[in-house]
Amino acid sequence: MAEPDETQTVGEVLAAQGISRRSFLKFCAATASMLAMPPLMGRAMAKQLASMRRPSVIYLSFQECTGCLESLTRSFSPTLETLIFNVISLDYDDTLMAAAGEAAEKAKDEAMRKNRGRYLLIVDGAVPMGNGGVYHTAAGRSAEQILREAAKGAAAVVSVGTCAAFGGLPLADPNPTGAVPVSRLVTDKPVVNVSGCPPIPAVITGTLVHYYTQGKLPDLDGHGRPLVFYGNSIHDRCYRRPFYDKGQFAKTFDDEGARNGWCLWELGCKGPVTYNACATLKWNDGTSFPIESGHPCLGCSEPGFWDGGSFYSPLATGKWGRAGEMRPKEVAAIAGPAAGVGALVGAGAAAWARGRRRHSEQDSGGEED
Amino acid sequence: MDPLLSFARGPMLQIAIAVFCFGVLWRLLAVFLLRHRRSRSPARHGRLRALIEGALVAGTRSWPHKVFIRRTGYGEALGYGYHLGLFIVILLFAPHIVFFKGIIGVGWPALPSSLINIIAVLTLALLLAVLVRRVSKPVLRMLSNFDDYFSWLLVTATVVTGLMATAHLGGPYHQLLAWHILSVDALLIWFPFGKLMHAFYIFPSRVINGYTLARKGGAS
Repeated sequence: MAEPDETQTVGEVLAAQGISRRSFLKFCAATASMLAMPPLMGRAMAKQLASMRRPSVIYLSFQECTGCLESLTRSFSPTLETLIFNVISLDYDDTLMAAAGEAAEKAKDEAMRKNRGRYLLIVDGAVPMGNGGVYHTAAGRSAEQILREAAKGAAAVVSVGTCAAFGGLPLADPNPTGAVPVSRLVTDKPVVNVSGCPPIPAVITGTLVHYYTQGKLPDLDGHGRPLVFYGNSIHDRCYRRPFYDKGQFAKTFDDEGARNGWCLWELGCKGPVTYNACATLKWNDGTSFPIESGHPCLGCSEPGFWDGGSFYSPLATGKWGRAGEMRPKEVAAIAGPAAGVGALVGAGAAAWARGRRRHSEQDSGGEED
Repeated sequence: MDPLLSFARGPMLQIAIAVFCFGVLWRLLAVFLLRHRRSRSPARHGRLRALIEGALVAGTRSWPHKVFIRRTGYGEALGYGYHLGLFIVILLFAPHIVFFKGIIGVGWPALPSSLINIIAVLTLALLLAVLVRRVSKPVLRMLSNFDDYFSWLLVTATVVTGLMATAHLGGPYHQLLAWHILSVDALLIWFPFGKLMHAFYIFPSRVINGYTLARKGGAS
């Protein structure tokens, strides 16, 4: 198949790749539905997408595990999501591109120059700021320099994954590399956070499609995430929610409750405080999501989820110590000394009162036990 | 994790538990180690019998007397009602049991969450009735001070935020849960220094009074 050139429209590229118009319309209708748009928007979206030139995208990877990119590219192949991803002009992605070294850097510089003010910058991974940024360098420049330079000419920035969006694992205590999220450094461009470890592929493509068809980023929540995907908690959409309401909880991973599919809240499920689309869009082509597989939600799309306490500690318990679990011995380590000091103060106060009383009794000739 | 929720169930909870333990031990020992006035009355009963009688009196005198029941019954019913409601909600709601299990290491069976919700709503209604009674009765209003109202406010805030968190009413769950835990933190900190301390004083003091009277032959 011929390599699509940048003057072709998306419709032409799709046709060249053998994607039928019917499949394309189905994809647009599904995406419009996913974005909570009216049904007719699917047709308008198809028209807009088909006639637009291939948009330039620069994909930068910093402190990350490549899981986000794996999520996107390893989704069921060939899904329309991946094909849509193919037809964007991915001008730089050091993981996927064939070019390397100076040729790769040159391709990026050229794309940035030619599409200045129009290209979309996707960032994957946190940015290490410690020790002058030595923890991540490419072509002799630090991640911070690369990001600032690329963000200058971008129309908007999409932080893909929790590391880029909120710092993720690199930022977790003790954050040895001084990692920061993208939004800390890019403050003069629109930044949308597509969080998750990794994010759901359809959420990434849905956000991109929204931007290209509507010409603006979707409405965002307080954490800069598209409301349409992050507007509901996992708990609110969880199929195990009725068991929570009835107070039926699995106590261990192999008890009767677990086998009956009861709520995993007591096993540390963070669904009630996690906002994502896992419970509705699901994973692996809509097969299931972690809770459906019997594992509690880790809360991976939330800021600071690595430091939020043990994954297996219920939310109602205290967050105690580095392990984040509240256990009797850790409680005793705090409560014991406090009670001891309280007992001393109390005994001292009583002794003082007894002394005062004795003096007054001696004065008045009274007696006590 | 929401920073406010992390703060509420992390450092703030630790501070609250430390202050609670410190304050309770302080207040208990400061009172129980005080001297007691020597009884000049000859002992009518031995210490053990006096203790048993004292304990029995502490129990029987905790119910409204039939002579006064018309006057005091409503207030006592309100008091018993919301105390019972609070005990059930605090001790038999599954998330609370998990919390206690974290502290003491053992858990116990829970009541269904929907039943707890009904009891919590009834408890809230009783708490509101208690406040109305307090401000509408002139004598009771004169006897009330900041401690009464503030203790009521903290208890009620805990119930209200708990209900809101359970029902997901008024905001995202993580914020509601954070406010619920923060109100518990505030309650724990205030507990030893206000009238809430009656939870620790009430039965020992009644038993001691009963014991003293029984020794004199006055308990019946």
